[in-house]
Amino acid sequence: MNTTILLFLIQDGITNGAVYALLGLAMVLVFAVTRVILIPQGEFVAYGALTYATLAAGQTPGTAMLAMIMGLVAFCFDLFAARKAFRPKAILRAAAVDIAFPAIVLALTWGLAGRANAIPVNIALSLLIVAAIGLFLYRIAFQPIAHTSVLVLLIASVGAHLALEGFGLIFFGAEGLRGPAISDAMISIGQLQITGQSLAVYGITLALIVALWLFFDFTLYGKALRATAVNRLGARLVGIRTSLSGQMAFLLASVIGAISGILIVPITTLYYDTGFIVGLKGFVAAIIGGLISYPITAAAAIVVGLVEAFSSFYASNYKEVIVFTLIIPVLVLRSLAAPEVEEEKE
Amino acid sequence: MTAPLLSVSGASIAYGKVEAVRAVSLDVGHNEIVTIVGANGAGKTTLLNAIMGILPQSGRIRLNGVDITGIEIEDRVAAGLSLVPEHRELFGTMSVEDNLQLGAFRNARAAAQSFERVYALFPRLKERRQQLAGTLSGGEQQMLAMGRALMGEPRLLMLDEPSLGLAPLIVADIFKTVGELRAAGVSVLLVEQNAKAALQIADRAYVMELGHFILDGAADTVAADPRVVASYLGFQNDAAARV
Repeated sequence: MNTTILLFLIQDGITNGAVYALLGLAMVLVFAVTRVILIPQGEFVAYGALTYATLAAGQTPGTAMLAMIMGLVAFCFDLFAARKAFRPKAILRAAAVDIAFPAIVLALTWGLAGRANAIPVNIALSLLIVAAIGLFLYRIAFQPIAHTSVLVLLIASVGAHLALEGFGLIFFGAEGLRGPAISDAMISIGQLQITGQSLAVYGITLALIVALWLFFDFTLYGKALRATAVNRLGARLVGIRTSLSGQMAFLLASVIGAISGILIVPITTLYYDTGFIVGLKGFVAAIIGGLISYPITAAAAIVVGLVEAFSSFYASNYKEVIVFTLIIPVLVLRSLAAPEVEEEKE
Repeated sequence: MTAPLLSVSGASIAYGKVEAVRAVSLDVGHNEIVTIVGANGAGKTTLLNAIMGILPQSGRIRLNGVDITGIEIEDRVAAGLSLVPEHRELFGTMSVEDNLQLGAFRNARAAAQSFERVYALFPRLKERRQQLAGTLSGGEQQMLAMGRALMGEPRLLMLDEPSLGLAPLIVADIFKTVGELRAAGVSVLLVEQNAKAALQIADRAYVMELGHFILDGAADTVAADPRVVASYLGFQNDAAARV
C-alpha cells in the first residue's frame, strides 16, 4: 500500500466517521432522554436522503403525505389523552403542531415539487418533512408507553423501524437514488483530492456538534432536556413534561438523521433500506460510548469509519462483519467492568 | 372563612393489594405550617407522593378550591404545588445555578426575582452557584432542593424529611428557613421523623400511625398529648440525651 491509498482511505474513513458520529450522538441523546434505543434512526437517514433526491429529481416525495397522516393520527391521540380535562389551550396547541405544521409542509411540498429549486430549498424542505415524521413517531409509538421498561421500548423501536422501512419501499421504490452534491468544488493537495462534498460533511458535522453544545449548555429547553436525562422524576417535579422532552429529543434525532442522509446521498447510492446499516454503525459508536458519553461516541464513530475504510480495502466482503465485531470486545470489557447486572426498577 | 389552600379528603393509597394509607383527610390553610409526624413506614412519604401525583390515590384533592385529583405532576406544579422529595432528586451533573433556573421552568420570566429571593434565603447557594449539584454536601443539597422548589413560586411547599441524614446545626438552619417561608406567603406541609423540631415550628400537626391519622390539632396541643410524648418526643429526648 502506498501513501496515496493510505491517505485516501483515511479521508474516506473520516468522512464516513463524521456521519456516524452525528447518528451516534443522536442515539445517545434519545436514549438518555427517553430510554428508547433508536433503531428507526436509519429510516430518518434514508427518508432524509431519498426525500432530498426525489425533490431534486423534480418529483413529489410520498413522505410529505406520510407526515400529514401521522400528524392526524397524533392529533387523535392528543384528543383522546385530553378527554379527562378539557383545556382549549392544549387542544389548540395540539392542532397547531399536529395538523397545521404538517399541512403547511405538505402545501410547500406540492407547491415546490417539480420545479428546479435551489439546493438549499430542497434540503430545508426535506428536513421539515423528516422532522415532522420524527416528532409524530414519538407521539404515536413511544409517548403512550413512555413509562414502560427499556425492553418494551426496544420492541416498539424495532416495530417502528420495520413499519417505516416498509413505507420507504412504497414511497421510493426498490431502486436506489443519488442526490446532487452540495458543492462540486475539488481541492487537490499533492496527490490527494478532497471533494467539496466531503468538506461539506466535515463542516456541517462540526457546525451541528457546536450547535448542539450551545443548545444544551445555554438554552432553557436544552437544559430541560439534560435535566430529563439526568433525573426524570426531578424534571417532572419542576414541571418539565416528559412528553415535551421526548418530542424534542425525537425532533432533534430525526433532523440529525436527515442531515446525515442528505450529506451521504451524493457520495453513495442509497436504497430504501440502506439507512438501517448506516444507522447501525452509529449505534456501534453509541454502544462504545456506553449510550452515555457524547465525546467517546464521537471519537468511536471516527474509529468505526476508519475501520470500515481499511477493511473495505483489505477484505471488502467482510467489511460489515469487521465493523460490527468491534462491539464484542467493548461489550466484554464493559460487562467485566460493571459490578453487577441490576434489574431495571420502575 | 375561605376554603383551605390544600384539602385532601378520604385519600387511600395502595401498593398493589397492600393499603399503605387508609381514608386520610387533611387540610392546610393559607400561610400555615402543618406537619405530619409519625414513625418510619407510617405512610407519610406515600401520602406526600400521592398529593404530588407521583402515586395514584382514591379520594379527592383540592388546591385553592380547584379539584386536582388525577391530573399529572406537571399540571400540579403549574397549579402551585411543589414537593421537595426525600431523595431530593437534584440534577447532579448540572450546576447549582442551572438547577435553580430549571426550578423556574414554568415561569421563566420571573426567574430573575426568584433567584434573588432564593439566594437571600440560602446565601450558601450563591457562593456555590457554579458548582455541580452532585458535589455539594448533604445540607447544601437540601438547601438546593428547597431553593429549586421555591424558584417555581409555589403556594404550597411540601417537604419530605428535610432533616434526614443532616448534622443538627444544619437541621436547625433549615427549620429556621422553613419558619421564614410563611412571611413570604408560602404554606408548608412538612413530613418529619424529628417530631420535636417539626412541632416547634408548625401551627398544626397530624400524627400518623400505620396509614391513618390517630390525632390532629394545634401543634402545642399535639406536642402535649401523652401518646405523642411517649411514642415520639420521649424517644427524641432520649436520643438527644444520649448525644
